Amino acid sequence: MPIIVVEVMPKAELLDPQGKAVAGALTRLGKPRYSAVRIGKRFELTVDGPVDDAVLAEVQEIADSLLSNSVIEDVVGITVLDEVAAGAAQ
Amino acid sequence: MRVGVVTFPGSLDERDAQRGIRLAGGEAVALWHGDHDLQGVDAVVLPGGFSYGDYLRCGAIAARSPIMTEIAAAAGKGLPVLGICNGFQMLTEARLLPGGLIRNEKGSFVCRDQRLRVESTSTQWTNAFEQGEEITIPLKNGEGGYIADAETIKRLEGEGRVTFRYLGYNPNGSIDDIAGVSNERGNVVGLMPHPEHAVEPGFGPDTTAAMRSGIDGLRIFQSALESVLA
Repeated sequence: MPIIVVEVMPKAELLDPQGKAVAGALTRLGKPRYSAVRIGKRFELTVDGPVDDAVLAEVQEIADSLLSNSVIEDVVGITVLDEVAAGAAQ
Repeated sequence: MRVGVVTFPGSLDERDAQRGIRLAGGEAVALWHGDHDLQGVDAVVLPGGFSYGDYLRCGAIAARSPIMTEIAAAAGKGLPVLGICNGFQMLTEARLLPGGLIRNEKGSFVCRDQRLRVESTSTQWTNAFEQGEEITIPLKNGEGGYIADAETIKRLEGEGRVTFRYLGYNPNGSIDDIAGVSNERGNVVGLMPHPEHAVEPGFGPDTTAAMRSGIDGLRIFQSALESVLA
């Protein structure tokens, strides 16, 4: 079954304490070239049936209304993994 | 005066909120997140806790539960609604209040008796206070940093809708030290600190008079009672 991937990131202008903590850990681990880390979310929606424009439009609506909060986050990507690609990814 | 307190999966402080309502002289009514029935209550409290384990975003899933449809409709008609901590997060997720709450600036959970200034007494939850009064009530959260875009902050400040402001110490990096805000009408208020933990002598924050004698939270519940009776 196809999988639709929705990626959400905290807004760029907001402080991301989790990312900041990871960046600090990288520095302590002797990897100083990574000056910043930001942490977002990836959702994988398994679709029962084929993915058409109507489904994609619905996922866009779901991404905007439930999976993200536009006050603090942005939806940065919606991509479709077909069955074969999804299988290969696992 | 009947005040409903909604229990969501993961709510923690609904019993404390019920107790605060009773001590203020009201009747507490237990409401359930999965119902569409407000049982004719005169006001509603959304209590603190970790609804749905803070999954997705704090308060996000609870904000889309069946009873919230009824609460949003009733709030639009003027029903007093108070969101405490996780309840505040739900009100922003439900877009009944502007802005959002993000992880504390320093990244850690904060638990302390917090000094606040009551910035507005024109809401239905703060009319029993004096304008500018300084109060102390407990605060306990990991994601209490209030944020909104610059235009929204300007509007909130200009319209006197910043209801409570942190005094002395900003525990979570909130913009303008904002601890609580209200909607335009003043019937919906959200705040991160917990007034229900400062309602009975012996169980509240320390004061200069005596240990644990602070009951500054009680007047938040008394305010709603006065609003409804007025």
